[in-house]
Amino acid sequence: MEMSSRRRRINEIIRYTLLIIVGIILIYPLLWMIGSAFKQNIDIFGTLNIFPPKNRIVWDNFAKAWQITKEHNIWFYFMNTLKFLIPKTIFTVLSCLLTAYVIARKSFRGKKFVFSAVIVTLLMPELAFRIPLYLLYRELGLLDTFASLYVADIFASSSFFIFMIIQFMKTIPRELDEAAVMDGCNEFQILFKIIVPVIRPIIITVALLCFMWGMNDFQGPLIYLNSADKATLSLIMKQQLDGEAMVSYGRVFAASTLGLLPMIALFFMGSRYFVDGVASTGSKE
Amino acid sequence: MEAKETKPIKVKKKRNYFVFLMLVPWMIGFVVFKVYPIVTSFIYSLQEYPILGDPEFVGFRNYIEIFTKDDVFWQSLVATLKYVLIGTPMVIIVSFIVAAILNFKLKGVNFFRTAYYIPSILGGNVAVSILWTMLFDVNGPINTILSVFNFGGDVAINWTKDPTFAVITLIILKTWQFGSTMLIFLSALQGVPKSVYEAAEIDGASKVRQLFSITVPIITPVILFNMINVLVKAFQEFNSAYLITKGGPNNATYFLNLYIYDQAFQNGNYGYASALTWILLAIIGVLTIIIFKSSDKWVFTNDNE
Repeated sequence: MEMSSRRRRINEIIRYTLLIIVGIILIYPLLWMIGSAFKQNIDIFGTLNIFPPKNRIVWDNFAKAWQITKEHNIWFYFMNTLKFLIPKTIFTVLSCLLTAYVIARKSFRGKKFVFSAVIVTLLMPELAFRIPLYLLYRELGLLDTFASLYVADIFASSSFFIFMIIQFMKTIPRELDEAAVMDGCNEFQILFKIIVPVIRPIIITVALLCFMWGMNDFQGPLIYLNSADKATLSLIMKQQLDGEAMVSYGRVFAASTLGLLPMIALFFMGSRYFVDGVASTGSKE
Repeated sequence: MEAKETKPIKVKKKRNYFVFLMLVPWMIGFVVFKVYPIVTSFIYSLQEYPILGDPEFVGFRNYIEIFTKDDVFWQSLVATLKYVLIGTPMVIIVSFIVAAILNFKLKGVNFFRTAYYIPSILGGNVAVSILWTMLFDVNGPINTILSVFNFGGDVAINWTKDPTFAVITLIILKTWQFGSTMLIFLSALQGVPKSVYEAAEIDGASKVRQLFSITVPIITPVILFNMINVLVKAFQEFNSAYLITKGGPNNATYFLNLYIYDQAFQNGNYGYASALTWILLAIIGVLTIIIFKSSDKWVFTNDNE
């Protein structure tokens, strides 16, 4: 008995040590970034220290980084990002919800085809659609508009999110819908008054993931947006890598930190939603 | 009698109308944003499609040119394959090991689970690419750590400027984002019923032994799922290579997605770029099929039950 409890104790210590080491490896780069935002150039490289030396703390890197271009500050570019992200998120959630609801709950002719089409497009690399869509948007005069970044989402084009919602709806008992029919609810009432409140967690998950992935998206804005005054946060961040900005590393780190701030805030606000949501995508049954 | 018979039919009709209405957005989306692009992209690949002027049908000339005359394509293909074939196993192995460590009754597991996911959600962000450029600078923290262990002698590794190490730098960034793959493994591990371990426990099999002879076989379907997922994404890597190494040095990280981007959106060769896209799609498709076919041999299915 004593042996086994001692072994368990050792086992536990080994596990925690490993977990903490992995945690440090994962989080250290981010802390180093934040710390370096308070440093002078000479204190950034050649050291592992996160914190700047006490007598050389630089406070105004953030103020300088805030005014990220001559014309505008970071807030302006953040607003640009929201101009496509908010419609993108709303359209994605709504259109994927409708589609997923019908596939998960209704029987109709061609359902098998619809479901297979969702799965096939889920497996298709996004790359496959890029050039024709670009040329299509060019025809439609959508280039250099924020709409080019969300127009596809009006039409439930994210098979991944459709699939995610279907998976979740399968766990909701059908008796719920049937009871609602008995009570004389119409179809829209069933969906929005009965189903939506129950599947709220997955809706939040989809909204968060859609928003955060959209925020990370760099290639989309790079291809579709040209005007300097339409640049999104990710496009303007890219300029930090150009030689001119690299004069003050502390400023670059401050800009990076500011750029990641909305993501980090959202992450902590909603972590339980996508940690569970992502975990569930692996289970097919 | 008549009224009774017509009523259910009426209800059914109304419902189908509802289904149709709800599916309209998806149907438009499927035709306009999926079928149309796929079909036209193949047609473009058979055309000379310049930025200005009309496209001209040229048959398989683009493909022939890519395979026989285009050195950059081959360099790009080698770079992509290096990244995918080393990066994918790295992500799978690391995320599996971490999931296995986390899959025990430990206090604070939820904390670690959440913390480990942070790099995954931030990883694609431009700011992280900036951070990576700095971390792997000649004088950056990575080289500082290595010099403590006197690794590589006196010569500091120039990570992003050396053809070999540039790919490794990007693979490390990919591996750093193992969180979402790990979460899928972890939830699979948590789904393995405790009872299957009981017999092994009585036989005195060690934990590690149990992991490889019981757990791994049971979760092979999830390994397959993760492998294909990571692989397909890795083949399309763009941000890190574009931002950190800019495809270089000497095209060592000039992944196919970068090459396609340059051909299409920098040079305006839409036909040529579409042909490149189809070659990449074919490679992804063939590899996925090979993995699926091989899965008969190593993926555990409980058909016997």
